[in-house]
Amino acid sequence: MDRLIQELPSFLSIWNIIFLLKAMGVTFLLSLIGCLVGFGFGTLLAIFRKTKSALLIPLRILIVIYTEIFRRIPFLVSLLLIFYIFQIGKITDSLFIIAIVTVCLIATAFISEIVRSGLESVSQTQWDAAKAMNFSYYETLKEVIFPQAWKVIFPPAFSFFILFIKDTALASQIGVMELTFAGKVLNNKGFSPILVFGTVLILYFILSFPLDRFGKYMERKYATN
Amino acid sequence: MQQIKISDSHAYYGDLHVLNNVSLSIDKGEIVSIIGPSGSGKSSLLKLLVGLLLPKSGTISISNKIIDYTNKAHLNYARNKTAIVFQQYNLFENMNVLKNVCIAPYKIQKRNKEEVEEQAIKLLDKVGLKNKLNSYPEELSGGQQQRVAIARALCLNPEILLLDEITSALDPELVKEVLDTIRVLASEGMTMLIVSHEMVFVKELSNKVVFMDEGEIVDFDTPQNIFESPKHFRIADFVGKILK
Repeated sequence: MDRLIQELPSFLSIWNIIFLLKAMGVTFLLSLIGCLVGFGFGTLLAIFRKTKSALLIPLRILIVIYTEIFRRIPFLVSLLLIFYIFQIGKITDSLFIIAIVTVCLIATAFISEIVRSGLESVSQTQWDAAKAMNFSYYETLKEVIFPQAWKVIFPPAFSFFILFIKDTALASQIGVMELTFAGKVLNNKGFSPILVFGTVLILYFILSFPLDRFGKYMERKYATN
Repeated sequence: MQQIKISDSHAYYGDLHVLNNVSLSIDKGEIVSIIGPSGSGKSSLLKLLVGLLLPKSGTISISNKIIDYTNKAHLNYARNKTAIVFQQYNLFENMNVLKNVCIAPYKIQKRNKEEVEEQAIKLLDKVGLKNKLNSYPEELSGGQQQRVAIARALCLNPEILLLDEITSALDPELVKEVLDTIRVLASEGMTMLIVSHEMVFVKELSNKVVFMDEGEIVDFDTPQNIFESPKHFRIADFVGKILK
């Protein structure tokens, strides 16, 4: 305890604070971009997967293969795979971009399944009623299905986002300077692991707690609607 | 003038042959009831007309146009001429009563919003639900939901109204309020195709009655002939059981 109190002033130096905040920004950006891109593309994939057109069968098969693969491979394996593909293909040297591509691919696969379950939860009778009144597929989704599906989609989606913030810590394995990696660096500089990782814990909490509250708010809002 | 003409139509759910060589003609303003045992294809016949079940063969014409149900423009035409009220109401659960009634005329038929709302309120008044405009389906009783579904169908200004066992999910005391609404529509000359188990109602209102069994139309005749002097054993048996 005495050691922690002794270290505290030097640990809280302006440089360390900037260093940690930058790393927190990287974690935040990785999670945010992953979730936003994942939500957008995941929703699109779920919509295509729900179509009935025979012309889209190859696309639906590809979507199933993609989601099943990326949901089953551990995050770290996907990350290393993309890392080496990018290295061999000389696509980019930016570790941040490699991590972003990986989180987007994984988030898209998971969220497409969450959205698909949400769409499936709406009764077929709602689709039939809309069809009989000449609603197009897009209008049915927009006016009837999604407004009813959100309450089923939001709880697992927000749980996934929160898990995802934590999973981005694995990006440190390829050298991305995110929050966990920054903690390791400070620990290697000689600061107490309890002090360093206790601070990292608080910063993760600061990142995920508002998202958790926002998720609860959205659940309540759509459940009552 | 024939408003619906179905000739030699067949339809399937997967491998199940649900409509077998169905032929039927209905004139403008006629009220035709479809009766028959469960699973005989009554609801499938209504779904066929609005394209929720696609015909495998045969021809269907609605308001003098032969409908190709694989053609989007034809499908739109068929769905513009008809409106269906489902057995389980199928109201949009995310919308209040007024929005349920207005959404398709306003968003799909692209009609003027004020005009649609005015018509919707009149129709909801007609079915006794003007005081429920802002209620959601889950806040309404079965009878009220069914009457909203009727108002929603009527607000589409259809030429043909298809009613699928609209009283079967209702308590006896709610049946009367829904049937009273249909009686009013019948008196106004709307062409209606009604699937019903309410035999008294069928006898009272229908110009013709279709008896279906195992996906086939067994007979198509006046209510008097169907109920009082049935030509087929199957009809006599069914009518005998149901009127007991």
